[in-house]
Amino acid sequence: MNDYNFAYLDEGTKRMIRRAILKAVAVPGYQVPFASREMPMPYGWGTGGVQVTAACLRPDDRLKVIDQGADDTTNAVSIRKFFQRTARVATTERTGDATIIQTRHRIPEAPLSEGQILVYQVPIPEPLRFLEPRETETRRMHALQEYGLMHLKLYEDIARHGEIATSYAYPVQVSGRYVMDPSPIPKFDNPKLSNCPALQLFGAGREQRIYAVPPYTQVISLDFEDHPFVATKAPHACDLCGDDGSYLDEVITDDAGRRMFICSDTDHCNSRRAAGHVGALTGDAA
Amino acid sequence: MSEQAPLLSVRELSKSYGARRGCADVSFDLWPGEVIGIVGESGSGKSTLLACMAGYLAPDAGAVVFDTRAEGPRDVLSMSEPERRMLARTDWAFVHQNPRDGLRMGVSAGANVGERLMAVGARHYGQIRAQAEDWLERVEIAAERIDERPRQFSGGMQQRLQIARNLVTGPRLVFMDEPTGGLDVSVQARLLDLMRGLVRQMGLSAVIVTHDLAVVRLLADRLMVMKDGLVVEEGLTDQVLDDPQHAYTQLLVSSVLQV
Amino acid sequence: MITVRDVAKRFTLHNQGGAVLEVMADARLEVGPGECVGLVGASGAGKSTLMRMIWGNYRINAGSIQVAGVELAGAAPRDVIALRRGTLGHVSQFLRVVPRVPTLAVVAEPLRTLGVDVAEAESQAGAILTRLNIPERLWPLSPTTFSGGEQQRVNIARGFVHPWPVLLLDEPTASLDAANRAVVLSMIGEARDRGAAILGIFHDESARAQVCTRLVDVSGFAVAA
Repeated sequence: MNDYNFAYLDEGTKRMIRRAILKAVAVPGYQVPFASREMPMPYGWGTGGVQVTAACLRPDDRLKVIDQGADDTTNAVSIRKFFQRTARVATTERTGDATIIQTRHRIPEAPLSEGQILVYQVPIPEPLRFLEPRETETRRMHALQEYGLMHLKLYEDIARHGEIATSYAYPVQVSGRYVMDPSPIPKFDNPKLSNCPALQLFGAGREQRIYAVPPYTQVISLDFEDHPFVATKAPHACDLCGDDGSYLDEVITDDAGRRMFICSDTDHCNSRRAAGHVGALTGDAA
Repeated sequence: MSEQAPLLSVRELSKSYGARRGCADVSFDLWPGEVIGIVGESGSGKSTLLACMAGYLAPDAGAVVFDTRAEGPRDVLSMSEPERRMLARTDWAFVHQNPRDGLRMGVSAGANVGERLMAVGARHYGQIRAQAEDWLERVEIAAERIDERPRQFSGGMQQRLQIARNLVTGPRLVFMDEPTGGLDVSVQARLLDLMRGLVRQMGLSAVIVTHDLAVVRLLADRLMVMKDGLVVEEGLTDQVLDDPQHAYTQLLVSSVLQV
Repeated sequence: MITVRDVAKRFTLHNQGGAVLEVMADARLEVGPGECVGLVGASGAGKSTLMRMIWGNYRINAGSIQVAGVELAGAAPRDVIALRRGTLGHVSQFLRVVPRVPTLAVVAEPLRTLGVDVAEAESQAGAILTRLNIPERLWPLSPTTFSGGEQQRVNIARGFVHPWPVLLLDEPTASLDAANRAVVLSMIGEARDRGAAILGIFHDESARAQVCTRLVDVSGFAVAA
């Protein structure tokens, strides 16, 4: 497989992306434009994240790829295979063993550590677009730190639903400066963005933007004094591993309305079960 | 009685569109609590002048000096963009002819009124909502309609909502571009009365651009008449309307249907 | 309180070939506190023109008009506005108001402009409307729907709601019935007796005789055509 350059992209492109990443790290939360390349996968499948990962990968890295927390779904499997083939790097499903984790819509349950890089796939990087479609205007608002509009969105939520109903892609302010879309992670994961020992990089391929949260950076979820931010999850324990503190997927099991709740982070769930933890469907019943 | 400083001093403001004159050498002072009307037909330069003063257009020459709360008189045109934008959402207000240009049609009436509050740092939902309700009532919109979108409102209500949205931060200067244009006559009357009351209660100064002489007679203390980008006559409103001096003003006044 | 000296007025009609109408020259007049001066002269002699120059809605082409020490010839608009707010009152023949505004608010408005609070201003407005026989059921309605006589009384109420030191009255008793005419004349008399300087046009001779302390014939100021 020497037909591919290491990690698919040519060295010039990787250098260009690294420069964008360095700028993003230097200005936390700021969306740095970059010349996104055509990738051998459709937009929406993580082309931004893949390019960021490709620019960060070294031959001795160990890569983990998750999609909604799972290592075994199509998107995660195909991106993992892509890098196995084009970079021949080692891969892992263990959060603690990975040096680079590319993720779609989740932050792993296991705490990240220094030296790790978490790469997010981002569909729409601009948090202000909901109310202000003009890119010229949103850039000016970022430049002048005019973020009243973000609260307008939260105001509408409370007026309509009695509480802030935004449950994913919940806007945050990074290091007291830029308001940022954390990609469509559940707001349950928002607290993990802040003061994280790992480097967090965000890549939007179609929109050609890269932004970053450097290690140990303060990230605050926007809210109102009388409607404070609350990280929420389904009020259940995992039916497989019994954890009542992890983010859950609801799975419909038949056409009679039966359902189960399982950890969305498959590595977390498997590790707990291997250590002997049981849930409602794996304990006595099993 | 003239010892106060003017709130707004416009000096030799000029703007051309290529070879065509938008407005030229316009100068005037506006004192606190005063309402000035700018009249003229389409193309007379009144809208260009308004846009230059309000910062929507960059004039070619001139100065727009505003008496700021913190630092006294400052030329708005030489302010930095953040300063100017801050001014535009605190001490200044702009009421557009078409409410759609001045409202966010996709969010509720309450959010429309609350936006300026949130833009200047309000972060207490209950207080923002209470202020929005208060302002809706002041512009005669029932408070229970706070969560409806402006689309569900009539033209007159939309215009009143736009006024509430602008005045909620207690500005000192309001620019109005044909505020009663496109409204039914009976709706206009209600709006005029509302604006008069607010101007008096809040001690607002206002610049009103209109082609409707009846509107300025009822609202403006003073009048400027523009033609081909130049101010051809100015003075006390009833003096300009009852004893017009310039040929163009005489024509304008005599062309109005008497009611 | 009102001093008119050597005042001239002409109209230039630009849209009628620039025709110049000289309507008044060398007008002189003096009205002191406690005086009520009636302007007389044939129709078209310039009574209303002179009144309008003193009110400030006609420009003064030559000479000087001072009201309470303020020179009106070439006055800045805001000085005229300030004068009208607290010093110079006016009852015109026509009621010019924002449609749909209640009568009570129309009458109270001059006081509101002077900073009187709503309750007090409306209570004074109510008192004067009562005196002028405008029934309370009409107060919430706009005067634009009223009869000519009622409109005229609303106009008078507005002109007398504040004790202006200088008052201009343009036919205040026209179109009033005998009872209301008597009320208005006694109000004018009271204003005069409290020291107001009043200048008026009264077509009704007996009204003139009842309130005026002096008459001035404006025919002498008219420029012969």
